[in-house]
Amino acid sequence: MGMLEAILITIATAATPLLIAAVGELVVERSGVLNLGVEGMMVMGAVTGFAAALATGSPWLGFLAAIVVGALFSLLFAFLTLTLVTNQVATGLALTLLGLGLSGMLGEGFVGFPGVKLANVYIPVLTDIPLVGKLFFGQDPIFYLSILLTAGVAYFLFRTRAGLTLRSVGDNHASAHALGINVVLIRYLAVMFGGACAGLAGGYLSIVYTPQWVENMTAGRGWIALALVVFASWRPWRVLAGAYLFGAVTIGQLHAQALGIGVPSQLLSSLPYLATIVVLVLISRNRRLTMVNTPASLGRPFVPDR
Amino acid sequence: MKKTILSIAAAAAVLSFGTMAAEAKTKACFIYVGPIGDFGWSYQHHQGVLQAEKELGDQLETAYLESVPEGADAERAIERFARSGCNIIFTTSFGYMDATNKVAGKFPDVKFEHATGYKREHPNVSTYNSKFHEGRYVQGVIAAKMSKAGVAGYIASFPIPEVVLGINAFMLGAQSVNPDFKVKVVWANTWFDPGKEADAAKALIDQGADIITQHTDSTAPMQVAAERGIKAFGQASDMIAFGKDTQLTSIVDDWGPYYIHQIKSVIDGTWKQQDVWDGMKEGNVVMAPYTNMPDDVKKLAEETEAKIKSGEFNPYTGPITKQDGTEWLKAGEVADNGTLLGLNFYVKGVDDKLPQ
Repeated sequence: MGMLEAILITIATAATPLLIAAVGELVVERSGVLNLGVEGMMVMGAVTGFAAALATGSPWLGFLAAIVVGALFSLLFAFLTLTLVTNQVATGLALTLLGLGLSGMLGEGFVGFPGVKLANVYIPVLTDIPLVGKLFFGQDPIFYLSILLTAGVAYFLFRTRAGLTLRSVGDNHASAHALGINVVLIRYLAVMFGGACAGLAGGYLSIVYTPQWVENMTAGRGWIALALVVFASWRPWRVLAGAYLFGAVTIGQLHAQALGIGVPSQLLSSLPYLATIVVLVLISRNRRLTMVNTPASLGRPFVPDR
Repeated sequence: MKKTILSIAAAAAVLSFGTMAAEAKTKACFIYVGPIGDFGWSYQHHQGVLQAEKELGDQLETAYLESVPEGADAERAIERFARSGCNIIFTTSFGYMDATNKVAGKFPDVKFEHATGYKREHPNVSTYNSKFHEGRYVQGVIAAKMSKAGVAGYIASFPIPEVVLGINAFMLGAQSVNPDFKVKVVWANTWFDPGKEADAAKALIDQGADIITQHTDSTAPMQVAAERGIKAFGQASDMIAFGKDTQLTSIVDDWGPYYIHQIKSVIDGTWKQQDVWDGMKEGNVVMAPYTNMPDDVKKLAEETEAKIKSGEFNPYTGPITKQDGTEWLKAGEVADNGTLLGLNFYVKGVDDKLPQ
């Protein structure tokens, strides 16, 4: 395996969890709900995914558990913010804190065990193509899923009627309500989709990325995913670009250090954040386009008048 | 943003400790930089606390805060502990140094013990540390024997003396076997981020390192090394479960005896300010079993360990040349502890520019 190919594969692994969580959150925010609990849902997905995979021996059941728990955990957020109309920012933060604490408690008995690893895809002939074979045809199945997910969400949001309805709820919930759209139901579904994605992203960390469970293993990735959604101005393919850019600079700076190029490592470590912000600000500098993409009702409480 | 959330977590955790005062008991409180489930640094400190609880039973009450960020938030956490009736507070990471001393000034009746630092600005502050670098020297010897490429990859956390001390000791140990041995260093700029540590390990392996060692706290690098079929050293705890055919040995931190001793001295009223720097000799630094290596390497490792343990040999014995080629220690000269605890330069051969 050549070095370039190895680097590219490492980048894909680093970007995949960010992409999955961010695409999920994008759908949530497009429906007008701001869920700051991504980190909490992700870490819950990581612990249950790991536990389920270890208990059953099947990474796929692990992923399934991660998705289900992520969605259930987000349901708590949905109930509080959509039915009881609590403050979304505070509730989201609480969800993150709860997730970090609860996962630590639940996972206590799973620390110190190596996990079940998911085998990479292998397609005879194609995977063996030099240079690009492993990159395009030999990665873990979730990597392909993440690309499909991005494409699916992009198609759903901008090419289907249901997607249009979801966006209308996010842009002006009062009008959507007046048109007879069930705003709360749509938001419930969107939040749960986001939770499922965050759970899957967490499961990716504990099953594929580093097959083990340790407390706080998400290490802030949920927050990065949240930031990517905003900087990508709520466009799925830009989220993908942002996630890969972030991954590329993260891995690139590690290689730069290993080469010993002599740039201070503190500066190199901050590069992924700087580069991602700069590039995404540049691509979204068209103010009018950004305004169009920003869900106008984002974070605003909705109480249907009866 | 991660910092914000951690600080909120810390604040929330602090709030949950409010009323826990039992008069007769001595209360020992601990601040950890990572989660106790990291299976590395903080985990080992907590194991020490559990030992103390077992040993001292009813006399002792303990409390801890985990994942407390280094910096301003630490000060709040420590102060909260001091107010909540702790008799002795252990702050177990280098970055708590200034916060510990600041709070200690305000609470002269509470004893403070800061791990791995060097500032004792008030009579109620002690510092304690272990000579992990003694273990890293042994690892360097093993690495140079085991590596085919002659290149080891070193995942470092932050450019503080303790870490630099480890890198140099590893290098010196390796050079004692192979003068041309190379160490590549990657700074993760975190103590704990399994994903990033794994990525750092991959980067080092992709660039030719065939031995991985780490000064960060998770088991992820060990797993990467296992996956790539090379050898690695564990950190802080025995990580053999993550690399059955991979781990050569691990430096295991055993804090239990020290914690028991210090808490006892508070109970007896004999606690005194001190600066403790124990190592293999005192049993603070323990090597996990030597595995996955031929017998001759194992024998050499054991001999090296025995020599350090008996005090016959100090890894920082001259002649040692600095990275820039100037002489640091003459032949036979041994570095004094003060210099070592503030070490801010590499020895010759380290393939990295030390971030200042």
